[in-house]
Amino acid sequence: MRPSKACLLNILVPVKRAVDYAVKIRVNPQQTGIDTNVKHSMNPFDEIAVEEAVRLRERLKDQVKSIKAVTIGPPKSSETLRTALAMGADSAIHVEIPESAPSPEPLAVAKTLRAIIERQSKAGADSGIDVVILGKQAIDDDLGMTGQMLAGLLGWSQATFASKVEIDVEKKEARVIREIDGGSEEIKCRLPVIITTDLRLNEPRYATLPSIMKAKKKPFEKLTAADLGVDLTPQLETIKVTEPPKRVGGGKVETVDELVAKLKEAGIKAV
Amino acid sequence: MLAVTRSSLPRVPWRVCRAAYATAPSLNPVIEQDIHHFSKILPSTSVVSTLSPVASPASDLDQFNNDWMGKYKGQATTVVKPKSTHEVSQIVRHCWERRIGVVPQGGNTGLVGGSIPLKDELVLSLANMNKVRSFDPISGVLVADAGCILQSLTDYIAPHNHIMPLDLGAKGSCQIGGNVSTNAGGLRLLRYGSLHGTVLGLEVVLPDGTILDQLTTLRKDNTGYDLKQLFIGSEGTLGVITGVSILTPPAPQASNNVILALPKFDNVLPLYKLVKQQLSEILSAFEFIDRTAYELAVKHGQGRALSDEDVRGAACFVLVETSGGRREHDEEKLNHLLETLLEAEKPLINTGVLSQSPAQFSSLWALREGVTEAISKEGKAYKYDISVPLSSFQDVVDGTREHLRSKGLLNDSAVKHVIGYGHVGDGNLHLNVVAESYSPEIQAALEPYVYEVVASHRGSVSAEHGIGSMKTHALHYSKDEVSIALMKKIKEIFDPRGIMNPGKVLP
Ligand SMILES: Cc1cc2nc3c(=O)[nH]c(=O)nc-3n(C[C@H](O)[C@H](O)[C@H](O)COP(=O)(O)OP(=O)(O)OC[C@H]3O[C@@H](n4cnc5c(N)ncnc54)[C@H](O)[C@@H]3O)c2cc1C
Repeated sequence: MRPSKACLLNILVPVKRAVDYAVKIRVNPQQTGIDTNVKHSMNPFDEIAVEEAVRLRERLKDQVKSIKAVTIGPPKSSETLRTALAMGADSAIHVEIPESAPSPEPLAVAKTLRAIIERQSKAGADSGIDVVILGKQAIDDDLGMTGQMLAGLLGWSQATFASKVEIDVEKKEARVIREIDGGSEEIKCRLPVIITTDLRLNEPRYATLPSIMKAKKKPFEKLTAADLGVDLTPQLETIKVTEPPKRVGGGKVETVDELVAKLKEAGIKAV
Repeated sequence: MLAVTRSSLPRVPWRVCRAAYATAPSLNPVIEQDIHHFSKILPSTSVVSTLSPVASPASDLDQFNNDWMGKYKGQATTVVKPKSTHEVSQIVRHCWERRIGVVPQGGNTGLVGGSIPLKDELVLSLANMNKVRSFDPISGVLVADAGCILQSLTDYIAPHNHIMPLDLGAKGSCQIGGNVSTNAGGLRLLRYGSLHGTVLGLEVVLPDGTILDQLTTLRKDNTGYDLKQLFIGSEGTLGVITGVSILTPPAPQASNNVILALPKFDNVLPLYKLVKQQLSEILSAFEFIDRTAYELAVKHGQGRALSDEDVRGAACFVLVETSGGRREHDEEKLNHLLETLLEAEKPLINTGVLSQSPAQFSSLWALREGVTEAISKEGKAYKYDISVPLSSFQDVVDGTREHLRSKGLLNDSAVKHVIGYGHVGDGNLHLNVVAESYSPEIQAALEPYVYEVVASHRGSVSAEHGIGSMKTHALHYSKDEVSIALMKKIKEIFDPRGIMNPGKVLP
């Protein structure tokens, strides 16, 4: 599973359709999940991933051979892929699951991505994936492990929580600055590599009208889990979903004495 | 003292009337005894005054004595913040008896100096009257205290899938009572019409303290004169609005926006025509900003900029918003429009961007809504909020710039920018002149120049911001003598002692 010999990069960007971050999440009355009949958009970390792939091409020019976006999700996820194409990806793969199917778990997603990567390398010596850029987490389930699992499954290098990415195509090397507790860390890794994005990596662009129009004509492939020989059945069972306890509003007091009385009432004592 | 009494009024010819009213009735300042009286009506936290026994530091009054632009400054010694209509009524009655001038103040975001005392009038702030009284999710009728902040009303009805029929850049501070008093237009007027249509009822404390209860929730009520209409846009000169009943539309299920970059202003009108034709009922905003306004918004961090490539060669920008009931339907229409625009033989636009998420939707709006704020960060603004025929928007902006240049005032130490933006869909242009500082020379170069230009187009000297104290002298450019005389007569009926927002609106 070596990357292409001609020193050209093939980039894969997995993206997820998620409930938009501006939406107020409401638990459904059955407490089995959340109300999904709300605005969705591309997971913000994935948007950063697409942007980074496009910027790599802007910097490395022809050294980036392809940027492929992929999503695993219900029919409406195709819109998310359209956005990725409008931002600058060249082609898209939609691994479609039924509208009613449960959301696949990170391991299943990682296995699906592995299957796609293997499929790519079989397709020809120069179409093997060298770099996978994906969000460090999706803002709906906040699991944050798909990238790491994929690196584990493939035995590839991993550079997580990236805030800066540089790739030397000739040397087949990536230099990545990672966000860590209290600062940042610079690492160097060999390609092929899995990179997960952090918020500071870049600011994604708007989709311009001409690129939205062009996106409509870009290759768009639809697959199923069965086509790739993967099983998306969840291994976890959600028992119950509840909202966090409501914040109790504060009250105003007129005088210091009243404040002291209230504090005493609440059981707070002078030390 | 008033020169004309009410009984003598009908016999006085209009012209004489006008002259007679030019002298304002003399009013009394707030004194310690008044503070005493207010303290009996209101809790101590609701009276702010530099007078004893309250003796607040003068700085506590700054926010009430200075307007949003930092252009107008009052000398009020006292601010009262009643919590109920009854309290408002008692305060106003006292002021009526004592002939003390009263300035009703909402969020103090008004842009024409209407919310600031001219001298030392009492400021009556509605900030503490901030309760929603009722909301009917079936009819969409919202009844609220006048002091409710527009944004909080928007948030209140959002879970019921309704939106306020108006929206403006000041939504985080302005109050519904202030909006009604200024008949604020804003960003949704194109779609939902003016407050003259959406306000169903008002509760008003009249200048003598009487409570006028017209707080109905009826959509249809043809029973004589529609008195509430007089208070909509009267800028606090006829009474204090304490409650508002307003019809709110159902929230659109889908909204989209796009910013289009245009190579020249001349394309705005044909673009508007095409957009209206193709989007028809889902078109909810068509807003114009010129290149300078755009650059300022970006410079002052209002919304994320478009890429350099996208703005290259753009003379101006148009923001189009759609709101509708079904996303697929709206997107199909919008896509069709965008295709038509891009594939046209002689394209009206260079390019554009289409928001892909609610975050981008807000960011694109911020580029337009943030212009007002960006201008205030850039310098001191002379704001002319005018209605002129769409076709003359650019001529008015360019003409003003040239006029200032010819007076030698277009340089870094005087006028920095002359900007045009606004609600194209409503024929409303915001002409803004951004100066290093306010100066008499600039003022003299702009007025009456701008007003004469407006009058020559038969436009309005104030499309939506009102008259306040800024434009009383310019009222005659848009209202003839007969109209002004009648307006004065109405003022006389409601407020013969002239205590309500003295010196505002009428010359
Ligand atoms: C950033 C920004 C954007 C704006 N955009 C728009 C826009 O798009 N469209 C538009 O039309 N305007 C706009 N405005 C100006 C607009 O008039 C005000 O923002 C708003 O309508 C005023 O509300 P307010 O509560 O701040 O009133 P204030 O500024 O406090 O008062 C305005 C006038 O109304 C009177 N008044 C206030 N409350 C009452 C009351 N309860 N009873 C009687 N009289 C009262 C005051 O005496 C004063 O004359 C904008 C202002 C800003 C700062």
